[in-house]
Amino acid sequence: MTPAWAQLGYLIAAVCFIVALKGLSSPKHARRGNLIGAAGALLACVVVFLVSDIQHLLPILAAIAAGTAIGVVGAYRVQMTQMPQLVALFNGVGGGAAAIVAIIELTEMQRGTAPLFDLIATAFTILVGSVSFAGSIVTFLKLQELMTTRPVVFAGYPILYGLGLLAALGFSIGLVLMPSLLFAVLLAVVGAGLGVLLVLPVGGADVPIVISLLNAFTGLTVAASGYLLENILLLVAGTLVGSAGTLLTRLMANAMGRSVINILFGALKGGSSLGATTVSDRPVKSAGPADVAILLAYAQRVIIVPGYGLAVAQAQHALRQLVDLLEERGVQVDYAIHPVAGRMPGHMNVLLAEAQVPYEQLREMDEIDPEFKQADVALVVGANDVVNPAAETTPGAPIYGMPILHANQARQVVFMKRSMRPGFAGIENELLYQPATTLLFGDAKDTMSKLLAELKALTV
Amino acid sequence: MLERFFVNTDPIIWLTIFVLAVFVGIEVISKVSSTLHTPLMSGANAIHGVILVGAILVAGSAQSTPILVLGLVAVVLASINMVGGFVVTDRMLVMFSRPKRALDKSAHRELEQ
Repeated sequence: MTPAWAQLGYLIAAVCFIVALKGLSSPKHARRGNLIGAAGALLACVVVFLVSDIQHLLPILAAIAAGTAIGVVGAYRVQMTQMPQLVALFNGVGGGAAAIVAIIELTEMQRGTAPLFDLIATAFTILVGSVSFAGSIVTFLKLQELMTTRPVVFAGYPILYGLGLLAALGFSIGLVLMPSLLFAVLLAVVGAGLGVLLVLPVGGADVPIVISLLNAFTGLTVAASGYLLENILLLVAGTLVGSAGTLLTRLMANAMGRSVINILFGALKGGSSLGATTVSDRPVKSAGPADVAILLAYAQRVIIVPGYGLAVAQAQHALRQLVDLLEERGVQVDYAIHPVAGRMPGHMNVLLAEAQVPYEQLREMDEIDPEFKQADVALVVGANDVVNPAAETTPGAPIYGMPILHANQARQVVFMKRSMRPGFAGIENELLYQPATTLLFGDAKDTMSKLLAELKALTV
Repeated sequence: MLERFFVNTDPIIWLTIFVLAVFVGIEVISKVSSTLHTPLMSGANAIHGVILVGAILVAGSAQSTPILVLGLVAVVLASINMVGGFVVTDRMLVMFSRPKRALDKSAHRELEQ
């Protein structure tokens, strides 16, 4: 049995994790919460070395050092724009680790007659861990744009998926009845296949929701392996992440006005074939930086709608200077933050915080949306889908039903765009062709500096 | 071996802990604002990296080389998940707290004037 002091150590670690999650849900205590969580994790690792008879000490410590080095380098190298991919990768390796742990446990079980619940937990961990691992890899490939970001659907998809589920069920039963490495490997392979199939039909803009779902999956596998290893901490920590992750997935889906099922399998209904793949050649009104500078300088009320393109071009800092200058002229400026601006919910807040934009200027959608009616100019920088009226007018569009920012209600709309290429969701935006809309083409950072220079010239 | 059989013949206790933890997990994040969705996801992600404890346990009791190697792979993957997850979450949250301090400073300046 695990001695009482070690159990107490695990209990403290579990409490740390609860405090961490609690802290992470309020802006004030978020950082402290995360550090408390890290302290809990460290405590758990120290306890396991002290209490268990750990052999192969040196190789294990070396492996921890290697993993730590990779994790830290990854965490510091990543650009804030690539955050969703990194979270997906970290989640995937966690799921993979859980699956491996279960497979190893199985090889030790074979010798004795293992309890039924242990075998069920093993099958669950191997299957879901592999789903999480493979699914996360595909989300990474999609977000990094190493493969198409559009939904991938093929004719036999539902049949293949059904067969995969049946095979998973069959191999799970096989593993419980006749525990063997063969069934474990088959189950892992089928799980990986199901993971790939799960993510393929999801469009690029919805992928972050899937990361959150897979995150919850990994949590549950960790909980199941806690049962297997008779480790209460793993059970509690895994379950916490599993349930919190499931709720978070639903919250994110709600922010997009969609159900989780619709996000996962919506493409199968064939709805999203509407997405434009080619550059449109319909006429648009475009202007130079000088015209736009005048428009902004003599406005009373400007609302900025920032999007992922802004961050990719690293134009946040120039944008902040622009806003400062406008405010000096007495223009009232706010940022309208759509809940899913950027590439995952809350991503834009991180990106603008990086540019030291004051927290108070960031207004959430529900609060700012009614104010577009009074705005003289809506300046849309590197965003597209979050202002696309198709979400309300075109029932077949992939983003249909997502709440949007009504930038079209402002007197003038200025789009800063690289090209006429459609947004991440791949849908044509009608707003671009409306008479009140002006387009300012070019790289966001470059154009922003030109705009800034023009505005300075006006101010002097 | 007997001990493990013994503990696990009482799955109800484990089920109880599981169900209670489900409710705690839902309760603690029920009021999160969309601003914090990204760090919260990343932080929760780091917490399940505690599978490292499990990976250490299985690697530490490996009886053959192939099992040890497999166990060490799990240890590497789990430490990437855990350490990387906490570090990257911290990196994000530092940015959240920075503009506030800058604001505080300007507020002070106004007071001094």
